[in-house]
Amino acid sequence: MAEREQIKKPAPQREQSEVEEAPEVSEQGQELKAELDELLDEIDEVLESNAEDFVKSYIQKGGQ
Amino acid sequence: MAVPKICGIETEFGIAHTGTEDANPIAASSLLINSYLSEVERTGEGGPATGVTWDFEDEMPGNDIRGIAPLGSLAPEIETHLVNAVLTNGARYYVDHAHPELSTPECSNALDITRYDKAAELILMRSMEAAAQLLPRGQALVVYKNNSDGKGNSYGCHENYLMARATPFSQIVVHGTAHLVTRQIFTGAGKVGSEAPGLTTAEVPFQLTQRADFFEEEVGLETTLKRPIINTRDEPHADARLYRRLHVIAGDANMSEVATFLKVGTTAIVLAMVEDNFLPREFRFRTPVQAMRQVSYDLSLAKPLELADGTSATALEIQWDLLDQARKYADSHGLDAVGGPVGEMVIDRWEQVLAGLEADPMGLALQLDWVAKYRLIQGLAERHGLRPDDARLAALDLQYHDLRPERSVAARVGLETLVSAEDARAAISEPPTDTRAYFRGQCLKRWAPSIVAANWDSIVFDVGDEPLRRVPMMEPARGTADHVDELLADCDTAADLLNRLRDPSSR
Repeated sequence: MAEREQIKKPAPQREQSEVEEAPEVSEQGQELKAELDELLDEIDEVLESNAEDFVKSYIQKGGQ
Repeated sequence: MAVPKICGIETEFGIAHTGTEDANPIAASSLLINSYLSEVERTGEGGPATGVTWDFEDEMPGNDIRGIAPLGSLAPEIETHLVNAVLTNGARYYVDHAHPELSTPECSNALDITRYDKAAELILMRSMEAAAQLLPRGQALVVYKNNSDGKGNSYGCHENYLMARATPFSQIVVHGTAHLVTRQIFTGAGKVGSEAPGLTTAEVPFQLTQRADFFEEEVGLETTLKRPIINTRDEPHADARLYRRLHVIAGDANMSEVATFLKVGTTAIVLAMVEDNFLPREFRFRTPVQAMRQVSYDLSLAKPLELADGTSATALEIQWDLLDQARKYADSHGLDAVGGPVGEMVIDRWEQVLAGLEADPMGLALQLDWVAKYRLIQGLAERHGLRPDDARLAALDLQYHDLRPERSVAARVGLETLVSAEDARAAISEPPTDTRAYFRGQCLKRWAPSIVAANWDSIVFDVGDEPLRRVPMMEPARGTADHVDELLADCDTAADLLNRLRDPSSR
């Protein structure tokens, strides 16, 4: 079954960071910041243009 | 030995009908689901069993585990007239309380639950596309996998776990509460602001969970009002002499697969330990409802929770203790009740995540929803100099849960996955192989025209020449591929199946 394969798969991120040489802390910090900046650029684009109206109009009936 | 922790997730999705002034959430939810059903019928790509409706015969959501419902408690209503379909993967897809809701098939382990939860997202995504074909230009149905509208209205993501009837309910309450309150540190989907009466965004700019604001009781029957941390609904959908079904209403819907996996995986292990009377220490909170909110509001994860015995412990400390017990339990009892190797995977991942939360929660931005969301909220606020109550932050919060690929924020974060895209797609129409969902799904796939209705514990057949026949499935761990594949292979028609079930020796 498909689960079998996945069980053997270790967490990918951790493996990678162990294999790579540990970069300087500041360098790593900068990399993370650049990555976040890129993500925020993308989010600025997909975010509803009129945030106020969008948030105001999202009304749900209560459920369980 | 604990009974198999067969489990399922029911998710009520948020829904918006855009491009019209005349939106009605019940009509929108019905349209969404009906669009999906007719689309799948048209393309023949598996999924729903045409013409088969849900059978309400055994629905008794008003029954209380404690025996009698306390005076003044509201028994949930059953809406039998709304769209209510059974899918060939064993799931139920229906309209509930003005929301589209999908209940996964019964699963034997946390990885299967994660797979069927992902398949549920895909089903909702296909539903949106199918509805867009039917709606006038400019209109759309948009689905959100979250639990609150930010205005005090909440809708749930419930979990269900099979429990032995013999387990003292008081033990479920004590240990269940300790776990449900403290697991929030990794199950939380994150929320901007607070919806608890009297609290403003200035006081709670961001919290770990969507749901903590809405819990007011420790134990009770309600699900829509005065929500309790431990719900007492006693509706086992199985042999009631042997089993109860613990209905957990205190969790968030997760976008992160790791969070879903841990939410169900750790809870199943804790409940197995309760059933085997394995937990030596009781963590009783002095005020459980307040403890639940305190954990959700404490981004430092460092504030001690007051215990009834006068001592205190942080959520992390309680989780470390439960994990420690889980390792010992695995050694002494094994993990067969929670999916064997998948149970081991849960324990390893549980430890990784607790260690990560202790070291630096922000390092888990690809694993946990609240961390992923918090990182973006902080980033966006810093970039544009936004105050905590700026609508753009609330919009980002909502859009994190938007299921449209072109708008979803969660889909852009790069969250770690545990399920391959191919496996998730297959789970749209294929049932799990190791619970009774297999028998339900296979019967629907083969003989839908001869099936009038189905539900969790039975299928009603109509083969024409005799009265309707109900085939009971009171044992959730039976009806697996191992049990019924040979039988199914021997039957060409539903009538053959009924004959074989009536007289096992007939061929």
